[in-house]
Amino acid sequence: MDILTWTYLLVGLSFALYIAIAIWTRAGSTKEFYVAGGGVSPLANGMATAADWMSAASFISMAGLISFAGYDGSVYLMGWTGGYVLLALLLAPYLRKFGKFTVPDFVGDRYYSNKARVVAVICALFISFIYVAGQMRGVGIVFSRYLEIPIEWGVVIGMAIVFFYAVMGGMKGITYTQVAQFCVLIFAYMVPAIFISMQLTGNPIPQLGLGGEVADGTPLLEKLDGVLADLGFSEYTSGRKGMTDMLMITLALMVGTAGLPHVIVRFFTVPKVKDARLSAGYALIFIAILYTTAPAMAAFGIYNVINSTSEKNISELPAWVQNWQKTNLINVDDKNGDGKVQYLADPVANELTIDKDIMVLATPEIAQLPNWVVGLVAAGAMAAALSTAAGLLLVISTSVSRDLVKNFNPEISEKKELQIARLSAAGAVIFAGYFGVNPPGFVAEVVAFAFGLAAASFFPVIILGIFSTRINKEGAIAGMITGLIFTVSYITYFKFINPGINSEDHWWFGISPEGIGSIGMLLNFLVCYFVSKFTPAPPQHVQDLIQEIRIPKGAGEAQDH
Amino acid sequence: MPQKTDRMSVYWKKNLRTLLILLLVWFVVSFGFGIILVEPLNQIKIGGYPLGFWFAQQGAIYSFIVLIFIYVVRMNKLDREFDVHED
Repeated sequence: MDILTWTYLLVGLSFALYIAIAIWTRAGSTKEFYVAGGGVSPLANGMATAADWMSAASFISMAGLISFAGYDGSVYLMGWTGGYVLLALLLAPYLRKFGKFTVPDFVGDRYYSNKARVVAVICALFISFIYVAGQMRGVGIVFSRYLEIPIEWGVVIGMAIVFFYAVMGGMKGITYTQVAQFCVLIFAYMVPAIFISMQLTGNPIPQLGLGGEVADGTPLLEKLDGVLADLGFSEYTSGRKGMTDMLMITLALMVGTAGLPHVIVRFFTVPKVKDARLSAGYALIFIAILYTTAPAMAAFGIYNVINSTSEKNISELPAWVQNWQKTNLINVDDKNGDGKVQYLADPVANELTIDKDIMVLATPEIAQLPNWVVGLVAAGAMAAALSTAAGLLLVISTSVSRDLVKNFNPEISEKKELQIARLSAAGAVIFAGYFGVNPPGFVAEVVAFAFGLAAASFFPVIILGIFSTRINKEGAIAGMITGLIFTVSYITYFKFINPGINSEDHWWFGISPEGIGSIGMLLNFLVCYFVSKFTPAPPQHVQDLIQEIRIPKGAGEAQDH
Repeated sequence: MPQKTDRMSVYWKKNLRTLLILLLVWFVVSFGFGIILVEPLNQIKIGGYPLGFWFAQQGAIYSFIVLIFIYVVRMNKLDREFDVHED
């Protein structure tokens, strides 16, 4: 069978599976819609969290990002996994014990203030919208590349699928489809990685292959350092970013991860505090399978690309180069007219431009794997994009139906609330789809926003809300607003107002906009602490609540008001 | 119930100490070995890996998993010891 048939077959089968699961797990109550009834096993929740967390960007782009960044790419690897330690140790068990449905729920109750709740809702909505637009775009790209249909139609089909199971099934439907999506995406990622590791280093385990030797007996990384240095690039294993910036970006990504509402809410779905801790551990194992393979894929990818193109005759380039030239993900321009490809660090003389997404998308072809593997990678990329999109849509719909409508109109019936939740999920799908079809030019730019904002807004007030009994609503509101305004201003200034000077010489203390969330977080902590010190302590019932969430006993199920 | 409150504050202190130790390791394996000390550690080679690079792209992640599971086991024990475990 040819590639296109395999792709239709595997993508079609995986979609049929998701829809079947959605019908089987329809949500009947608000509790099932918001937190899957609170009865999800820690193992299933771990898988769902991993699928929720690993987006189209993790699946398609991360390996390529590391290919070109080398050691500097470690910020993403450590940042996007280290956050789970914070989540497991500092947030998940206590928020589970608190036992409501959303992050704004916690902020609103702990800080006995609807203002704090509204600030939290705005942050949650903003972060989730930024993210979801990127996912829909990912779905569209995969459709257009592999199924050869226009991006617009790809987005519409993606919307229809997500609409079906997120709107029908709520958290319950999402959780069990995410479990299936995790299996599809991890299988799809590992198969080509294992093949390619075998071919290059003779070791089937990519994590070991990265430290292995290539055919001539030199270690792969040493060889890569040498090849890149010859072409004028810096060495693969040493960094170019300043140390302060490395530290700050890693911290912002870790703390941002722990503060993302669609990740936190997953820990409300397990039955016990004990399960919340364990489930964070499972989630990290499942995530680590991909995150320790990605750096291997990155090194294999760049090594293969250079080997099969550099100084080769343009007429004799391998077939995959021609295939991917059609999509503009790879471009050859024979500037000096010698009929050969020169891949060089110097942009004036360089004749080969490669998009980072190539490293995952074209791997099966580069390694000459069977056609079904190509179809599998397409299905995997789709699973990664859809699972993350669904998790985000749920946060958006919950924020509207529960944190806004229900909170300010407590008298509405459960049936009505469920209707509003479904309606807002539907609205969010359409919104996301619109931006998938007409992507704003700044989608990539605003990703820094999502993590920066989560780090600078939620993380400090949740941590202080659990670990201090003295922090009060004045402190929390002032802290969140300071963290937000500072981070938003810094990123906006360097990314939008004055992008021309977005370089190390102009950044404060050498900290890039990607890392500034760390400083926003510190400011939030400080302001929170000092404002609370000079304003009255929280009332007794809040102090009791804090004591209550610190011990696991008596968690019960996630409760409505 | 002053007695009960005292016991709870001992439980909480023990919990905080566990957190502090684990977060210290968390900091050392990622920020320490993976970033601050990466250059000197890269002088040491483990198989084909420079050690600092290995920590930054592999070792830190493995350590994170181990840290969470140590926390799970330790807290389950602590919960039982202070009789605050569920069911």
